[in-house]
Amino acid sequence: MGNLESIRYFTPELIIVVFAILVILFDLVSRGQSSNGTAYLSLFGLLCATIAVLVVGNVNQSLFFGMVRIDGFATFFKIIILIATAVTIIFSMVSNELDPKAQGEYYALLIAINLGMFLMASSANILIAYLSLETVSLTSYILAGFLTRNPRSSEAAFKYIIYGAVASGTMLFGLSLVFGMTGTTSIVQIGQQLPEIASSYPTAVLVSIIFIFAGVGYKIASVPFHMWSPDVYEGAPIPVTAFLSVASKAAGFALFIRLFYFSFGATNVNWTMLLSVVSALTMTFGNLAALPQQNVKRLLAYSSIAHGGYLLMGVVLLSGDGIKAVLFYLIIYMFMNLGAFFVVILVAKEVGSENIDGYKGLISRAPFVAVAMVIFLFSLTGMPPLAGFAGKWVLFAAVVEKKLYWLAIVGVLNSVVSLYYYIRIVKAMLFDPSEDAETLSFSRGSMALLMAFVVPTILLGIYWKPYDFLKDLPLDRFIG
Amino acid sequence: MSNITLEHYLLISSILFTLGVFAVLTRRNAITILMGIELMLNSCNINFIAFSRFVKSPTTVGAGEVSLAIEGQIMALFVIVLAAAEAAVFLAIILSIYREFNSISPDETNTLKG
Repeated sequence: MGNLESIRYFTPELIIVVFAILVILFDLVSRGQSSNGTAYLSLFGLLCATIAVLVVGNVNQSLFFGMVRIDGFATFFKIIILIATAVTIIFSMVSNELDPKAQGEYYALLIAINLGMFLMASSANILIAYLSLETVSLTSYILAGFLTRNPRSSEAAFKYIIYGAVASGTMLFGLSLVFGMTGTTSIVQIGQQLPEIASSYPTAVLVSIIFIFAGVGYKIASVPFHMWSPDVYEGAPIPVTAFLSVASKAAGFALFIRLFYFSFGATNVNWTMLLSVVSALTMTFGNLAALPQQNVKRLLAYSSIAHGGYLLMGVVLLSGDGIKAVLFYLIIYMFMNLGAFFVVILVAKEVGSENIDGYKGLISRAPFVAVAMVIFLFSLTGMPPLAGFAGKWVLFAAVVEKKLYWLAIVGVLNSVVSLYYYIRIVKAMLFDPSEDAETLSFSRGSMALLMAFVVPTILLGIYWKPYDFLKDLPLDRFIG
Repeated sequence: MSNITLEHYLLISSILFTLGVFAVLTRRNAITILMGIELMLNSCNINFIAFSRFVKSPTTVGAGEVSLAIEGQIMALFVIVLAAAEAAVFLAIILSIYREFNSISPDETNTLKG
């Protein structure tokens, strides 16, 4: 489709650009007044973008002469990313970490990063894939280091950008080799030509695809490109950590599936084997490294590496069922992980601690928050009847169907290991006496938001209809 | 005198890329690390430009001696812009690191561990 006709289908992205600029302008005009005006304007912008995404809907179209693909797959990820961003904006309003004077820039960046993530989810050309990945990365570096007067935040940004720049440079080198072998930058055309080339030059194809995996693997924090993630998650402001662990990871998986499902999966290299080893290593590393952690943010960082491993399990199958299981798990992961991070924000704000010790006796000080945290943590472990169980069940079922029994066993064993470190927080909250008996009071809005995470975390564990809906979608209409 | 072939360009770009990775891994100064990263990106540019000259593709412009697969050139242009953006963000982060730690060595700015 040509440029002019494409614009109609590109409205969500355009709305995001307009609102990113509007937020900056609004911030300039209203300088000095400490209100949440910019945050509300950003939320309104995201609402408009969501409506635009739904109005454009599930069409199968190639936009801008095959640069961008718009299909159900992209729409799904756009909605996930929009929800995660909106929640992050509300988190930032609740949390008192941010300098009120810099809020305009912060919200403008949070909106602008959506543009990159949208394009990651819908890229059909390696040029767009690389540009969108870099857009997201550059913005995340700034967001991670946003607390300029906090050494930990600056250090997080510093480590993030060194790892990120090397990873994306490596990916670009791989992309250039793939371009050289196929003479095209379209992902689908590369996929048509690559199998033939791979049969005559297997090493060249293998090396370039591993190089490309460095870039995407770094975005989803998979072993061996995970090293940045604990440090960045610990140092960054908590709302940004929550955002990176959900939205950034989701966008990374979208790009990963686009690249491997359409292009590289078809080559005669045994990707399923290679990637399932990566997946097993990722979850094992994440879970083992989480065991001794005292800082809850860092613990959740390792836990999100482990969840990246579980998600990777669905991707490695390179099948429709696997992809649908990944999408279903991503919905659930979004609710339970954002919920857990919201509790971390509330506790950090009221108790002033990010360590497990700060959670001691939370059940008597703030019963509802403690119970909600127990639900999130058990759901992250994958205990029935919570949503995490449903997500893992679907993932493991897809893996077993492909006869990758060892991978399923590794996954189950990992879930057992993960129970240990989640339980440590639960134990501190429920059984350890607190030094401070004073009850904590939270605003009504915060409690309502917490409820909005608790309900889907319980509901999706009992009510699996959304998965049946996903399962019945014909794949070629959904992604293609 | 023999002609310059694709292999020559690929050799140069591979050497540049390796040097870039080497600089990132061994240097103890953030500015030199940034230079290493720029080397990596520019080696990719050489690849793209060389391939666009030597590879035949459906979108090839021109014929014979002066044919070009134009996507490679476009990729290189975008990468140059991105490298500039990345350098800007990197330098800003280096500034804030220097203010907090009085050093721009990754070894001395290592408080987050575990």
